[in-house]
Amino acid sequence: MTRPMLKTMPLPYCKGCGHDLIAKHSAAALEKLGFYPLDVILVTDIGCHGIIDKCMNTHTVHGLHGRSGALGAGISFGLQAPGKKVVVFIGDGGATIGLQHIMEAARLNLDMSVVVHNNMLYGMTGGQTSGLTPQGFRTTTSFEGNPYAGYDICKMSHTAGATYVARVLGIGDISGDLAKVFGQKGFSLIEVMEICPSYGVKLNPGRKLAEVVKSAGRETGVWTGSREDFSHRQGKKSGDLLSEVSGIAKGSEHRLKNPLSIVISGSAGEGVQLAATLLAKASISSGLQVTQKGSYPVTVGVGFSTAELNLSPGPIHFHGIDTPDLAIITSEDGLNHNRKRIMAMQQGSLLIDSGLAVPETSARVIRRDFRSVGARNAAICAVLYFARQFGVLTEEILLHIMEQEGKAAKLPIEKIRQVIES
Amino acid sequence: MQEKTLQDLVLTDGSRLIIESLARSGADAFICYPITPANLLYLYGSQRMELMLAAPDEITTLQWMTGLAATGKLPVTATSFPGFALMLESINMAYMMELPMVIVLVQRLGPATGTATCGAQGDLLLLRGMISGGHPVPVLATSSFNDCWTLSARASEIAVRLRTPVVLLTSKEEVMTQKSFGLSSLEEIKPVSRPLYDKDDPYQSYKAGPKGVPDFLPVSQNVHQVRLNASTHDQQGNLQHSSEEALSNTRRLEHKVVQQMKDYLFYELDSQDGANSLVLACGITAAAAREAVGMMRRDGHRVSLLVPKTLLPVPQTYLEIIGLYSRVVIAEETMNNQLGELLFGSSRPAHIRFAGGLGKMISPREIIREVMS
Ligand SMILES: Cc1ncc(C[n+]2csc(CCOP(=O)(O)OP(=O)(O)O)c2C)c(N)n1
Ligand code: SF4
Repeated sequence: MTRPMLKTMPLPYCKGCGHDLIAKHSAAALEKLGFYPLDVILVTDIGCHGIIDKCMNTHTVHGLHGRSGALGAGISFGLQAPGKKVVVFIGDGGATIGLQHIMEAARLNLDMSVVVHNNMLYGMTGGQTSGLTPQGFRTTTSFEGNPYAGYDICKMSHTAGATYVARVLGIGDISGDLAKVFGQKGFSLIEVMEICPSYGVKLNPGRKLAEVVKSAGRETGVWTGSREDFSHRQGKKSGDLLSEVSGIAKGSEHRLKNPLSIVISGSAGEGVQLAATLLAKASISSGLQVTQKGSYPVTVGVGFSTAELNLSPGPIHFHGIDTPDLAIITSEDGLNHNRKRIMAMQQGSLLIDSGLAVPETSARVIRRDFRSVGARNAAICAVLYFARQFGVLTEEILLHIMEQEGKAAKLPIEKIRQVIES
Repeated sequence: MQEKTLQDLVLTDGSRLIIESLARSGADAFICYPITPANLLYLYGSQRMELMLAAPDEITTLQWMTGLAATGKLPVTATSFPGFALMLESINMAYMMELPMVIVLVQRLGPATGTATCGAQGDLLLLRGMISGGHPVPVLATSSFNDCWTLSARASEIAVRLRTPVVLLTSKEEVMTQKSFGLSSLEEIKPVSRPLYDKDDPYQSYKAGPKGVPDFLPVSQNVHQVRLNASTHDQQGNLQHSSEEALSNTRRLEHKVVQQMKDYLFYELDSQDGANSLVLACGITAAAAREAVGMMRRDGHRVSLLVPKTLLPVPQTYLEIIGLYSRVVIAEETMNNQLGELLFGSSRPAHIRFAGGLGKMISPREIIREVMS
């Protein structure tokens, strides 16, 4: 014998509240479908309908106002098991604030059923107008009637991709309608129309439910879709992120005595970050400790591109660079982004493309025609110049790293040689 | 060229270490909405975690995580202030429901959207007050690559053992910067065990176990009824207005975290004999503090260093250590000394000095200046 979904106790609603009907008929529908109570996870929203939990023999999850659509979705993602049923109870108020969650679950066609208790107003907080209140319907916050049309949650869910959507009047036996909803695989939603006796009936005397629903242009009915229901489709996974960063081969020893801070800057798309990474790896290969960070505008394809590197024979704790020991500038964008820093340099070196106007600085200025090897290679050319001329690490080690990373083949090596030997 | 592979030394970033550590320690779902500077965490999370879901916003993120946690998963997300702000109510929900999860909060410059690509440390006091009622959520702050590794695993462990959301606090410069790093220094990480309630007696979702933490059962099993509730509730998980049983359940939430976090007290104390000055810094500024202390010692000055890593609930140990020094410099990337306020409230003793600023990393020189002035 299957245990009943509902405990034998009076339900906690005001007399005549449609929520009572929905709770009882939902229980009957689930039983009719043969669900065992503990295969049902009832997710309830904040609102009058949500105080049903204690009357249920199912698992119950009582979250926040409007979020039960997403909370139920999270459970559905985690379950993905046949024979389980996630049911979400939500009000028209909850469906308003949590509209996106319902649309998202419908879009993904998640295996879950949502019961929208549309009593045409926020019951629990005193009868205010919701996003699903029909036009013309009176509430405590629109005594002359709601001036605006409400959302058609059925049409929206259906368009978003739900498998099964229904709208019914909350009168008589609706357990059959609910059973059809709960029996679906994929996302299903039913909007049960009711009028909250405590506020709605009082404020709209003489109006009948069917007439209100009809005059709002919300006909009852069923809308179906035939999409495949949700299944987890994950991309290729890594079993170990650490194994993806390769150890760096040890090459000939560096000749750096004190920490060296370097700023490399040019234009987006001109290989600045790549040049910095190659230099960083070559430095590690030479036995140095390294930090590297990049900065660029959020529109990554235009404007400056700056890389900051610290090289040190010992541990590096602080990696910030105020005024660098070496600035490598390969374009106008890079120069503009670092002009203040360069002007603040009291010592060190500025390695700058010869086409650029040199700002006032106390740094030793070295001008070379880095861009003559092609704008894309200018930063790499400048880094090779650094290796050749500064004696910190060897050019050979840098070239080796470039080869290893598959970056050497396309370089105009002869042209680069001419620049770095000059 | 003569070659010997340094198996060990790589160029990597804190994001990679955090995600790998979380995955190894048992996190199995990554739910995210894109935000700078948490982008690398998102990238790695999606590649590494068994299940990745792209949420349509950060409220959904937290709701999906909570739903997944109810089914027995250990979900993770990564965000920065704008996303975190949207998550707040839902974090309260997960806290009240007592469901485990890890939220990596990457600090950036505010207010509001502020500057997405600029680091900051301005979210600490928000974390202190994030739960309505002032109950503490465990917060661990990374201050090095090694911390990214070890504290991430501890965050998983705390989340599961204490059944609570845990915040792993970090900042832009910690998770976006590449550094040379020796992987062999990393401790081995094992998945945190997740014992389930296995008795025949009826299960009560919020009946406190020996350490104040209720036994867990997922909603995916069908032996016992599970009631999860984010409203004030009794031991069964049934809604209550303010019955004694329900209020004592709410009190338990705070006691549980305060008591159990004593086992998760992480800090770095580098004390020097005869030092009267103490530099105190966490997160990214701890790196500058280490550098500053090293520089001062090389110049013959005596100075100690305290790097708090367990930030919330606030360990009394820090106040005891601070009490031993006549000059204390707190360094932090804010203009208002949030760490100082967390420790001392709004009236800080006069010997507590501050090296801070907005929109830039605090440099070792700025810290030294405060220690020496
Ligand atoms: C974020 C948030 N905003 C507002 C509220 C206050 N609130 C509680 S119940 C409710 C309205 C419930 O109305 P509805 O969802 O239609 O359910 P009903 O009470 O009519 O069953 C509101 C607005 C809340 N709990 N949380
Ligand atoms: S206030 Fe309205 S919605 Fe709430 S229980 Fe009473 S009748 Fe039902």
